[in-house]
Amino acid sequence: MPTQEEIYEKVAETLVDALGLDDDEVTPEATLVGDLGAESIDFLDIVFRLEKAFDLKIPRGELFPENLTAGDPNLVKDGVVTEQGVAMLREKLPFADVDAFAEDPQVENIGDLFTVQMIVNYLDQKLS
Amino acid sequence: MRWIWIDRFTEFESGSHATAVKNVTLAEEHLHDHYPGFPVMPGSLIMEGLAQTGGILLGEKNNFEHVVILAKIPKCEFHSWACPGDKLTYKVSLVESSEQGGMVECTASVGERVVAEAEIVFAHVDKTRPEAAAIDQKNFVFSMRLLGVMDVGKAGDGSTSISVKTESSN
Repeated sequence: MPTQEEIYEKVAETLVDALGLDDDEVTPEATLVGDLGAESIDFLDIVFRLEKAFDLKIPRGELFPENLTAGDPNLVKDGVVTEQGVAMLREKLPFADVDAFAEDPQVENIGDLFTVQMIVNYLDQKLS
Repeated sequence: MRWIWIDRFTEFESGSHATAVKNVTLAEEHLHDHYPGFPVMPGSLIMEGLAQTGGILLGEKNNFEHVVILAKIPKCEFHSWACPGDKLTYKVSLVESSEQGGMVECTASVGERVVAEAEIVFAHVDKTRPEAAAIDQKNFVFSMRLLGVMDVGKAGDGSTSISVKTESSN
């Protein structure tokens, strides 16, 4: 079983290839969209590369769920994610740092939950 | 003019790899200006040919049930060029495929000379989406079949590959 560090190295390499980055741009805390400039189609590319690099299958929506709040008024109110919404995020994104997000749960910051570390955490559990 | 940038498949292994060829000719009008006095096949059209080879390889794997679109070219390197009279050989391998799309690795060569290398990512567009309604990929490929582009039973024992039989029986 690979260590977290080994997983991180491979994830970083994957992101460098998928997003055309320099090696030093990738950090564990970096957000995929905000910091690394990923666009929606890049997530498909990243999933393909991770599957290849780690020789596993990543079911659709398991690592990068889509349409998280889907405009549901119970989940988002006035641009803020509700308690119910935060609970949903914890359930759907068990590998993300939802606690940090919950301190200021602006809906526009949901994308920041997708970090390099989140991918590492996901793979760590998947490979164990 | 038809937007078809491959002339013929010469190999087609369903779900695995495919080879197609494109003969570059001075009759192609874009070569008259690209460039004046130095006609070379535009790199973008080489990419299009690779993408058509790879897109059909991926589409065929799923019996053309999905609308396959070119989503991204994560890697693309040009090492050389192709001139009128050259035969470009597009070799494409399907490295990943899922319900959402697929990825291919490919090379374009003239003889032993590698002209371009690329990775191409395709996405499946949901047919129920309004923007996909106008795309009839089966018709696109079928019309190519009429042009003989899918006739690949010319190597080995000369038999038509299963994939082509499947396609033509639809």
